[in-house]
Amino acid sequence: MNILETHHITKYFLEPVKFQVLKDISFSVQKGEFLSMIGKSGSGKSTLLYVLSTMDTDYEGKLTIDGEMVTGKSLDDLAILRNHKIGFVFQFHYLLPEFSCLKNVMIPALKLGKYSQKEIEEQAYQRLDTLGLRDQALKPASKLSGGQQQRVAIARALINNPLIIMCDEPTGNLDSKNSAIVFEIFKELTSSLGQTIIAVTHDEDFARNSDRIIEMRDGVL
Amino acid sequence: MNINNDIGTTYLITNKKMTLVAILGITLGMSIYIFMNCMVVGFDKTSNDSIFKNTAHIRVFRDDVVSRPLAPDITKKAVIINPKVVPASNTIINPDEVVSLAKKHPDVVNVTPQVTTTMFYNIGKTQVPGIATGILPNEADQMFNIRSTIVEGSFEKLQSNLNAIAIGSGVAEKLSLAIDDNINISSPKGVSKNMKIVAIFKTNNSIVDKSKSYINLSTAQQLLRENNTYVTDINVNVKDPENCDQISKDLKVLTGYSSESWKQANETMVAGFRMRRIVITFISYTILIVAGFGIYNILNMTVSQKINDISILKAIGFRGKDVVRIFLTQAMSIGLMGVVSGCILAVILITLLKKVYIGGDIGYFPIDYELTKFLQGIGVGLIISFFAGYLPARKAAQVDPVSIFRR
Repeated sequence: MNILETHHITKYFLEPVKFQVLKDISFSVQKGEFLSMIGKSGSGKSTLLYVLSTMDTDYEGKLTIDGEMVTGKSLDDLAILRNHKIGFVFQFHYLLPEFSCLKNVMIPALKLGKYSQKEIEEQAYQRLDTLGLRDQALKPASKLSGGQQQRVAIARALINNPLIIMCDEPTGNLDSKNSAIVFEIFKELTSSLGQTIIAVTHDEDFARNSDRIIEMRDGVL
Repeated sequence: MNINNDIGTTYLITNKKMTLVAILGITLGMSIYIFMNCMVVGFDKTSNDSIFKNTAHIRVFRDDVVSRPLAPDITKKAVIINPKVVPASNTIINPDEVVSLAKKHPDVVNVTPQVTTTMFYNIGKTQVPGIATGILPNEADQMFNIRSTIVEGSFEKLQSNLNAIAIGSGVAEKLSLAIDDNINISSPKGVSKNMKIVAIFKTNNSIVDKSKSYINLSTAQQLLRENNTYVTDINVNVKDPENCDQISKDLKVLTGYSSESWKQANETMVAGFRMRRIVITFISYTILIVAGFGIYNILNMTVSQKINDISILKAIGFRGKDVVRIFLTQAMSIGLMGVVSGCILAVILITLLKKVYIGGDIGYFPIDYELTKFLQGIGVGLIISFFAGYLPARKAAQVDPVSIFRR
């Protein structure tokens, strides 16, 4: 079953000069797949990830997620869709520094509003536990090390049980030990929980061990 | 608590210094706004009070009539005319009927007839010109609160003694008169009467104090050699003096006589009040708006600082309106806290100023706690906070997360 499909996605950058970043990209991702996108910088892989993430809506072509046509939806609808179905892990972990780790993990679920505060707290603790961060839960996010922050970000991406987790350089600024931990977590997620992962990476080890590799070169697959 | 409000509050708490400065701005703006507006109300009240000691809200009188030619159509024939004021007496012919008509008007509170005449105070060969106002003492007291101006003697005795007179303090000083002294007054119609001084009043308006005196209505009628239906003015007080112009027009139609509201009679002063009100309103709004800029600035800074957070929130599914709510929560919390502390500060300021003695006929500083002004201030303060927060919030909502992540 295809969880995500693209049909002829084309995108231009208009600044500073008109430049075609994505050239007629069509591919599909299956449920439970661990997909790595590699490519040189400037090849358009991050751009493609942002298009797939529904945050970038300025493209031509069609994108479907979970059998639902995403192209042409309003920004608000897309936000709700992201909240429900997509989890994000970014290169620079991007936690909210004023909040505790626990709160950071809880925020997407609180936004979703499906469970009570208490249940959400429970779930957040569970996620942090899986990632070995239970004892750090109440510390402010800014007090944690890079690897720990990255794991908190993963916990946050997981809280709403998204269909797809999208990662932009998830191990980009982690040492090899932390990279390995993160990779193990991802592997675990796809095999046991059936979640789909799309990761943009430079890390060749990381890519080699994933289920499938897509290489971008000058805007084509 | 909603997650949007939760995030907004957290930003407020983690940024205590900026929050405090913004709250302080609104507090000062609010308190000055309320304070100045209460002051205007106080000023207006004192000014009106001093006017209403001598002037009724509406005066119904018979205006002089200019003679008209008897020829029905003066356009076609050559007619020599010489229009003049008709030398008719300017009495109101049916005062009782006018009084009862006026009393029937729903907004009218008080109606009392009055006869005013110029006259002389005579002591030996000295003659001091003055004005005698013939009144029904009890009714007139209700209207002008004459009793509050009495400094010596008792106003009640005017009611019981037709030959009693209440004179201004200036007159008493000039003629060295005291209570229970007798004084001779003479009218332009040549009537002269010996009066007994029962009261001396002081309005702090020296022109009034140096010329005016109160006598009984019937005595004034006698001074003018008129019968007991002779009345020159009918004074009318209404519920809301600000609303007197319309009622004045109604009375004119109702009675058929001319009528003049206190606003028309004191046009210059009323214009002065209006100017004062405009200036103070303008200043107080400006101060409040400047405080609003404080909120705007601080939120703008927060938005710039938190642009990463905003992108992250948008990525994990916060809609534009959620982001707006996060920042509006901050603005409105600052606004609300500022408004509350502003009200408290205003109460303190007013309480202090109320105790300041000014002197003259004003006495203590004319300011009071005006509920409407407090409510108005709260409303305006919150509206300004809202807009000061909404503009940066909208900017935050329009942040494009992709462009931030790309950096």
